[in-house]
Amino acid sequence: MSICEVLAVLYEGVMNVDPGNPQKEDRDWLVLSKGHCGPALYSALAYKGYFDIELLNTLNQNGTSLPSHCDRLKTPGIDLSTGSLGQGISLGIGAALGNKMKGLDNYVYIIIGDGELQEGQVWEGIQFAAHRKLDNMILIVDCNKRQLDGYTNDICSTFDLGVKFSAFGFEVQKADGKDCGDIYRALMDSKQISKSIGKPTVVLLDTQKGQGCSFAEIASFNHYMVVTEAMAEEAICEVERRLQKALEKEQTDIEKEGQGR
Amino acid sequence: MTRNNNVLIDFQPDKTDMRVHYCNALIEEAGRNDKILVIDVDTSSSMGTKPFYKEYPDRAINCGIMEAHAAGMAAGLSATGYVPYLHAFGTFASRRVYDQLFLSCAYQDLNVKIIGADAGVAATSNGGTHMPFEDMGIIRNIPGMIVFEPADAVMLPYAVRYMAETYGNFYMRYVRRKTMRIYDEKAEFSIGKANVLREGNSIAIIACGIMVYESLRAAQMLAEEGINAMVIDMHTIKPIDSQAVIDAAKCCGAIVTAENHNIVNGLGSAVSEVVCENFPIPLERVGVNDTFGEVGTQDYLMEKYGLTARDICIKAKKAIGRRRGM
Ligand SMILES: Cc1ncc(C[n+]2csc(CCOP(=O)(O)OP(=O)(O)O)c2C)c(N)n1
Ligand SMILES: [Mg+2]
Repeated sequence: MSICEVLAVLYEGVMNVDPGNPQKEDRDWLVLSKGHCGPALYSALAYKGYFDIELLNTLNQNGTSLPSHCDRLKTPGIDLSTGSLGQGISLGIGAALGNKMKGLDNYVYIIIGDGELQEGQVWEGIQFAAHRKLDNMILIVDCNKRQLDGYTNDICSTFDLGVKFSAFGFEVQKADGKDCGDIYRALMDSKQISKSIGKPTVVLLDTQKGQGCSFAEIASFNHYMVVTEAMAEEAICEVERRLQKALEKEQTDIEKEGQGR
Repeated sequence: MTRNNNVLIDFQPDKTDMRVHYCNALIEEAGRNDKILVIDVDTSSSMGTKPFYKEYPDRAINCGIMEAHAAGMAAGLSATGYVPYLHAFGTFASRRVYDQLFLSCAYQDLNVKIIGADAGVAATSNGGTHMPFEDMGIIRNIPGMIVFEPADAVMLPYAVRYMAETYGNFYMRYVRRKTMRIYDEKAEFSIGKANVLREGNSIAIIACGIMVYESLRAAQMLAEEGINAMVIDMHTIKPIDSQAVIDAAKCCGAIVTAENHNIVNGLGSAVSEVVCENFPIPLERVGVNDTFGEVGTQDYLMEKYGLTARDICIKAKKAIGRRRGM
């Protein structure tokens, strides 16, 4: 849930993709290295038009094409299969290298978990990408401060990620992962900066596990939860209230802008 | 081989998760053996080891998501005299740490106990990335490793103690949720020695894990057709109980193996090796036919991959038919 905002920004405002032609050669790629967040990505893909929204109801059902973990052979719009943490980043780096070698002018976006950064393979990839100056990949870290068993700082601290990534040769951007405007700014800046200085960029997204759903945010264990119908209803109402507020704000902003002229 | 090992007549699902039985057994054993350690890789909630952290906070280490490191570190810890039990989903406890198990643990004769949870189709909604159909096979390829899969919770305290008392590297795969109860509380086990659960002379069904229950059901179904099946719980696939296999081959003249695992390099392969070298007779394998896992309920997946009692019956008759043709 902590990546819903960034997925919305990527698919609606940043990535060059064509739902009618998911394999388009010069498309931007997305590798969800934290492959257990398939359900969040499936919603984005459905809204973008990769498949019928009704299909979302088949999540994890027998025979489904929407499994818990992302599967490129099952779901249109999934570029690479993930689910074993730590592997997606290398897959994404491989895709970025391949695209570059082919002379394509596209980007590969890789979304990784903060707990996932504990996997050693991640740092092998980061080191390689920086050494090879892969300026066509943007790594997005979902810094939600928690992993499966609890708080990342209690289990195995990731320490200062900004300092770590800089030391590993990455350009570092930070953004508020709840603020679509800020995410958009950070991603557009990253694209431009990467190319101008010839370095891969990482965007450290400040997020919250269970983001956007109060009862999930505050639950002491929230890696997975049993959600009753009433809870689902409550969560939907919360999203709708937030949407309503955003629309009202947009309206007053427009009015203010009109008066300013 | 142990005969008629206190098998229940009337099978019921266990009321408690296997992981609860497992953790209880480990806590009890840790009371006797102060060298026992729990190692987790950010999945202690799933593995059910949290009560151990409460009981022995100084002897439980949650490394974070770093399986390869954890396996190597466990080997290093064992070199100082500790007895680490490392827990992870079966896929990550085997494939993900294969070279560490090979070189850091087995090659230098250290002492690590690996527990791989969610055997085969038991990974259900976690799907193909988390569904180990190959773990027993790849690990049985490592010299000296002991590989086993208990059929129910009654074997767990025995297995936990055996691993603690026996120097060496072990891989236990198991289902962490509820399974069917096969044994009554008085049953006895011996790693490396098969249990004959039912006598018969027309066909021997050799199974492990959740397939033991399916095999007992298959034997009942076959009995209705006048086919008298022997059922063997071959919980240890390495070292395999060769004598039990040879005896079954001689007694029945045909064998079916049943495993919740790829038929390539699993229990069926291990039994075939013994049969071919010692007493060649027709043998059929029930198991996953060299394919990947996917999401679904356990029942759905067992149907899909052909792991039901019915599938065992079909293969049993096929093996018997081949014997007649011999
Ligand atoms: C190699 C591997 N080990 C363990 C797991 C089980 N697992 C799934 S999600 C998760 C926690 C991930 O934490 P984080 O990367 O912070 O992602 P978050 O869920 O917080 O977004 C774990 C341990 C896995 N999928 N892959
Ligand atoms: Mg996290």
